[in-house]
Amino acid sequence: MPLKQTPLYASHFAAGAKLVDFGGWEMPLNYGSQIQEHQAVRTDAGMFDVSHMFPLDIVGPQAMAFLQKLLANDVAKLSQPGKALYSAMLNEQGGVIDDLIVYFRKPGSYRLVVNASTSATDLFHMQTLAAAFNVTIIPLQQQVAMLAVQGPNARDKVWQARPAWKAISAQLPVFFSVELGDIFIARTGYTGEDGFEIMLPAAEITALWKDLIAAGVQPCGLGARDTLRLEAGMNLYGSEMDQMISPLDAGMGWTVDTKTDREFIGRTALLASGQKHAFLGLKLLDKAVMRSHMKVMSPHGQGEVTSGTFSPTLNASIALARLPLIVKVGDEVQVEIRAKLYPAVVVKPPFVRNGKVLV
Amino acid sequence: MDFPAELKYTKSHEWIRVEADGSLTLGITDAAQDMLGDLVFCGDAKLGETLKAGDTACVVESVKAASDVYMPVDGKIIAFNDALSSAPESINSQPYTSWLLKIQPSDSADLSVLLDATAYQAALAAA
Repeated sequence: MPLKQTPLYASHFAAGAKLVDFGGWEMPLNYGSQIQEHQAVRTDAGMFDVSHMFPLDIVGPQAMAFLQKLLANDVAKLSQPGKALYSAMLNEQGGVIDDLIVYFRKPGSYRLVVNASTSATDLFHMQTLAAAFNVTIIPLQQQVAMLAVQGPNARDKVWQARPAWKAISAQLPVFFSVELGDIFIARTGYTGEDGFEIMLPAAEITALWKDLIAAGVQPCGLGARDTLRLEAGMNLYGSEMDQMISPLDAGMGWTVDTKTDREFIGRTALLASGQKHAFLGLKLLDKAVMRSHMKVMSPHGQGEVTSGTFSPTLNASIALARLPLIVKVGDEVQVEIRAKLYPAVVVKPPFVRNGKVLV
Repeated sequence: MDFPAELKYTKSHEWIRVEADGSLTLGITDAAQDMLGDLVFCGDAKLGETLKAGDTACVVESVKAASDVYMPVDGKIIAFNDALSSAPESINSQPYTSWLLKIQPSDSADLSVLLDATAYQAALAAA
């Protein structure tokens, strides 16, 4: 099957991107140095083409009721238009079908952004449930492109490139969105830095990309996206969680809302099983790099690295790991790397936020 | 991409310089560093050990992945470039001066299996 390309494909190629197959999409891994791209986001501004991600609108008189059944977090928390919420979408067994962001546009109208790799499964799952509700699901990927602009100077540089957007987005609080015609601007991201995620008509993204480069925004690839999100302690679907993993064992307990008697899909199974593992961060005390699926030895039993990398900000290897429930922050464990054991300390993610080391 | 003509190469992307005293100096090629991306760690050198051609001699690791560095011929590892432990990124910027290992070839070592620059480029193009 030929690889899918985003509307920015030619721009990536022109910028010297190293392109790779990412779940069927031909996407930039880096544009030279992944570490420089990472540092640009921590200290200035970088941008990521995230047009492979899958936005969709849920509209109709029962949109809220539908999402309250579909999602483990409760969209009733979205009392103000524009507000965003992070949530898991669970199967009946309490496993994670996907993690997503839902934006409340106005009563009866929500926008969701789900992962690229799971979009077909997600859509099928949603359409099956939607049969029982008066809602319409509108996939947007054909016409909408997405760009994440992240870093301490990201918002300023967006306004420099698009002065007309400043008035509506200058006062936008964190985790809120605002719309200007068919431009959708959200103060969200996947890096632990300030910035915007912008959805706009596919035909307009190339001009925005060029103007942001002119404003000094560094193009960043999937490599930097992964080290940034891991430093920010954010989960990656397929690594930290999947259909067989409970959100309670993937550090997502805070997104599962059981405060009311709302009967969301997966609730019964989750409450019956409870949390079985601790989900925490690791910082390696020696020189080597932790990677996913490596074994973690603790006095209380074995665990597993779910994602590991080299952190450019800490200049050390960091990881997220599923560990025996009794393991605590501050404990020392051993990670098996190429048949040798290396000491690591258990920490509470995030590792880095807003340019500052927190562990 | 750079392929100095005075060096020898392997299909597993090591470069080798044959020194006047018969010892070998080894690093990874420009193409190798480009494939790996930013290097962040190198080590686990089997210093003082006598190994066979194809055995793992040390490890280099990038943000992306760990990669074994192989013995090009039978021999003993007589030195590891410790300066790279604190500055692995110099492999990215200067792959042909950032040597990893010095090797004393065994009597059984067959240097004729090493590729010249032209043959290495052909092997890269065919990969």
